[in-house]
Amino acid sequence: MTMNAFITGAYDTAVGELPGSSCMGLHAESAIGAVADAGLKLSDIDGVLCAYSFTEPHLMLASVFCEYLGIHPGACLAIQAGGASACIMVMQAAALVASGQCRHVLVVTGDNRLTGMSRDGAVAALSEVGHPQFERPFGISVPASYALVAKHYMHEYGVTSEQLAAIAVEHRRHAGRHPKAHKREAITVEQVLSSKMIADPLHMLDCCLISDGGAALVVSSRAAARDTRGKAIEILGAGQGHTHEHIVAAPSLVDFGCKSSSATAFARAGVTARDIDVAQIYDSFTITLAVELESIGFFERGQAGIAAAAGELGLGGKLPCNTHGGLMSYAHSGAAGGMFHVVEAVHQLRGAADVRQVPDAKLAFVHGDGGILSAHCSLVLGR
Amino acid sequence: MTIAKYPLPRPNAQTQPYWDGAAIGELRYQCCSDCASVQRIPRSLCEQCQSTRLEWRPSQRTGTVLTFTTVYRAPLPVFKDMVPYVIAIVDMDEGFRVMANALPQACEGLEIGARVRMGFQDVHGMTLPVMQAVLEVAP
Repeated sequence: MTMNAFITGAYDTAVGELPGSSCMGLHAESAIGAVADAGLKLSDIDGVLCAYSFTEPHLMLASVFCEYLGIHPGACLAIQAGGASACIMVMQAAALVASGQCRHVLVVTGDNRLTGMSRDGAVAALSEVGHPQFERPFGISVPASYALVAKHYMHEYGVTSEQLAAIAVEHRRHAGRHPKAHKREAITVEQVLSSKMIADPLHMLDCCLISDGGAALVVSSRAAARDTRGKAIEILGAGQGHTHEHIVAAPSLVDFGCKSSSATAFARAGVTARDIDVAQIYDSFTITLAVELESIGFFERGQAGIAAAAGELGLGGKLPCNTHGGLMSYAHSGAAGGMFHVVEAVHQLRGAADVRQVPDAKLAFVHGDGGILSAHCSLVLGR
Repeated sequence: MTIAKYPLPRPNAQTQPYWDGAAIGELRYQCCSDCASVQRIPRSLCEQCQSTRLEWRPSQRTGTVLTFTTVYRAPLPVFKDMVPYVIAIVDMDEGFRVMANALPQACEGLEIGARVRMGFQDVHGMTLPVMQAVLEVAP
């Protein structure tokens, strides 16, 4: 099956601590890079999708960006779905090109969350996703919300902190192979467990980074893809799943929208979880990835951490996952965090992932999660 | 950075009865008069059938701990003096849900599945629900 849409350009900026960077500057560099990667000119772009920013928040971020870059596309809008934004933007771009409304859609994200605001500022801004009346008065934060899921999930399936820590350790091993990664030095399970407790049972090293960085893609129709230079990556399937926003209102603390989003994406692509060669899955916290891997069906319940400890998420494992190091070790720059997962999938499918390359990777699965496992979008990409 | 104020709830027309109840020591929940389903958290319409005929009822204030965490990293400066503090989600016996902090005596024996009683405490001039006591440990 097909969605009649192709990723024809991909680019990500340097990541980590980037003094002098700005939200719009990172957007512009990413956009120009992705358009050049596709072998196109900015004037070929007839659609633009942006997400959101903490450092330059605006009601109309896509319009702000097009003004900044000096382009005037026929379609221009911003999408806000937290960590699911990147995948949802790709899905929406695919719809725009498949329906003939656009030929080449630029999908662009970036934020200087590390240098553009204090770490305290980023944590405080993120805590605003909590319900203003029924969560925030009790000191909720994003890590605390995920800790509530973790505590319940671990209780339900006998998952241990050591098993979750193994997930963080493997991400750092992946990042060690990526010259651009924000954090590259190896860590051990003991280091994860002895890192500062943020919200029990999640330690500092169970949590994602706060980074500067940007990333962009060009999504083209089948016909328009012929005008591009590189190896086009086909969007074979996509799906979404939405169950709640606030964790206090979640219908379940073990089943989330990733189950239906991935099922829809696999069905549209005509593949199953077993067919996937490489996965790039949202890893805001170790528990996030464990829940997603197990709900999507890559592993049985309670087994993801055990599999990570056995090397199954590593290069050469059963499911090489987050080969760039993910949000926990590569970088997390707001909506760009999820976009780094898509860019890494493109690198893998093009055979351009250098020492991170999964041999002969033909099918990639990419997944984004926004809120507190609230909004999910899955993509199946192939070459 | 500006010093953020304590994020007290700002009641709106739909939630005012909940916070009015809290102020007089009554934990209230909403039940749909059309389909009889209980709302997890208050709102203007039924999350099951979208009816706007919701009725407020007083709770017996007992429930079961669905999950909890102890927070060591405060999201806002105003919570820094409180750390470490407990946040729990309690499935109330009537079918609604409450997120709340726990009083010190309720932290003893707190675990998933524990039976608990909810009470109230004054926080910066407002009355908020709080986990008051663990009644029975988890089976």
